[in-house]
Amino acid sequence: MSKLKDVFTDHKAFIPFVTAGDPTAADTVAEVVALAENGADIVELGVPFSDPIADGPVIQAAGLRAFAGGITVDGVFKIVQEIREHTQVPLVFLTYANIPFKYGYEAFCARCEELGVNGLVIPDLPAEEAGEILPFTKTHQLDLIPLVSPTSGPRLAKLVTHATGFVYIVSALGVTGQREGFAQNLDDLIADLRQVTDAPLCVGFGVHTPAQAKELAQVADGVIVGSAIVELAAESDDAPKAVGEYTKSMVAAIAEA
Amino acid sequence: MAEENTNRYGEFGGQYVPETLMAALDQLNIAFAAAKKDPSFYAEFHRLLNDYANRPSLLYYAKRMTEDLGGAKIYLKREDLNHTGAHKINNVIGQVLLARRLGKTRLIAETGAGQHGVATATIAALFGMKCEVFMGKEDTERQKLNVYRMELLGTKVNAVTSGQGLLKDAVNAALQDWAAHPDDTFYVIGSAMGPAPYPAMVHEFQSVISKEAKAQIMDAEGKLPDAVVACVGGGSNAIGSFAEFIDDPQVGLYGVEAAGEGVGTGHTAATLETGTPGIFHGMKSVFMQNAEGQIAKVYSISAGLDYPGVGPEHAALDASGRAHYVGITDDESVAAFEYIAKMEGIIAAIESCHAVAYVQKLAPTMRKDQVIICTLSGRGDKDVAQVADYRGIDINE
Repeated sequence: MSKLKDVFTDHKAFIPFVTAGDPTAADTVAEVVALAENGADIVELGVPFSDPIADGPVIQAAGLRAFAGGITVDGVFKIVQEIREHTQVPLVFLTYANIPFKYGYEAFCARCEELGVNGLVIPDLPAEEAGEILPFTKTHQLDLIPLVSPTSGPRLAKLVTHATGFVYIVSALGVTGQREGFAQNLDDLIADLRQVTDAPLCVGFGVHTPAQAKELAQVADGVIVGSAIVELAAESDDAPKAVGEYTKSMVAAIAEA
Repeated sequence: MAEENTNRYGEFGGQYVPETLMAALDQLNIAFAAAKKDPSFYAEFHRLLNDYANRPSLLYYAKRMTEDLGGAKIYLKREDLNHTGAHKINNVIGQVLLARRLGKTRLIAETGAGQHGVATATIAALFGMKCEVFMGKEDTERQKLNVYRMELLGTKVNAVTSGQGLLKDAVNAALQDWAAHPDDTFYVIGSAMGPAPYPAMVHEFQSVISKEAKAQIMDAEGKLPDAVVACVGGGSNAIGSFAEFIDDPQVGLYGVEAAGEGVGTGHTAATLETGTPGIFHGMKSVFMQNAEGQIAKVYSISAGLDYPGVGPEHAALDASGRAHYVGITDDESVAAFEYIAKMEGIIAAIESCHAVAYVQKLAPTMRKDQVIICTLSGRGDKDVAQVADYRGIDINE
């Protein structure tokens, strides 16, 4: 049974993202604990990659800060270990294909299972290539979260064939980062997806205000926020407090939907 | 009947890009497959190659080099004589014809030395299409002349400041731009890299180099060459030079990478000598990276070769042993730049001079009845100031 899917049984989810090790491992642990305590349903943890082509300037900068702080893949696993001493909030890794590939798909997935990571989002591993990691995610109880974009069109059914956990809907073209508007066909995209999957549908890319979260939660099952939280944490003197309060406001807005 | 999987070269290749780009790749796959079966596509492609780009390019017997080196006969495949001064235009014409078939109105491209950017800007001007080129900031400074050429042609050049400000970073920026505008924009990839079908398209459109060379050498020598030598960054001129000879096992294929300060120095771009398998820029191939998969910094005097990866077909040709990949340092390539200028009266691109430098090593080890074809991928006007600088001579003002 998918621990991620269970989240959605009785409410819409708020899914914040932070980059692991930005700017230090201790900061990440404190922020994830604050996110969980303030109502985050799932936390996405970015495993930094040198060339994050799906990410906009805010998350790119977070990765650079994490590298400056000496983050490594094993360092990220250590962060997970420490998080698990404080909270059992479901965790999803967001990283690029080369990271698990070099670690070894099997070893990477096994380590995720061992430490209590529940899913993987890999933006540069589309449906056509996902087959190379799927046997290992299945064996190790990890949900491989498929991404769907406004351009997916006739590809939708193919994309969700193996969907467990949830489906990540990219709300806009381009890279991650704050936006004022979303793809015009988002409602249609969600309706089309409901025809081909019963997996929960979460929307990310560009979401930053409670009003946007509320609007999206009216059609989707969950809202994913990355850049806004990363930026808030970077600009705050007390990042855990700031991201905690932000989370509280987003969770409340989603509950109103 | 099962279709041959042209997405893969052994374990290498594939389509490792965000979902936002997959529909565009699907569309491109269909258009490329249709074009390959369409004589009218090739008629237009060859008309433009011949009437506009000045093909076929010469296969020139380098008599003085041959005599000086005292071994194999050396022929130079003169891609430097093409319109825009490099082999890059072959592939750009092919890809832009596909872009037009797909109804795209805007072209984007990455460029290192600027040759691919200039070729793309040129064809954009010819067809009246909008064009933006992404070029690493560092490269815009090393290759100012090419930046201005692109601007003259009506193209907007975006200097990319992320990372090292080199070719890799330009590809990142181009992929991001494409993901933001997949509907109207066609990404003209200049090297034999990226997600399928790009490596196969670049192979197809650059194979004109070896199709011509094969016929030309049969005319001149009545036999196949013993060796074909070409420089490799991502690998487009090399794959074009190798293509028609891959199935002729008696022809040795040599890809020459930029070793920078030397393969073991850590200041290098010799991917196949120092890299390991990985996934990046849409492909599984060989990359310079650390044990965790973080892409490494690269260094070479040549802005066209300092890429931390290599096209997947080259990775496969290396793995199978069909082609041999060697490194040439900055020092050796600058010496070759000067050598071929004085010996043959040709100022060749610093990229191509990596191949020339390897020919200087290879030819003397071969017999006089043997034949080498060395591809001069581009002309060296763009490199004159930098080579002068390398020699401590300031030619500005």
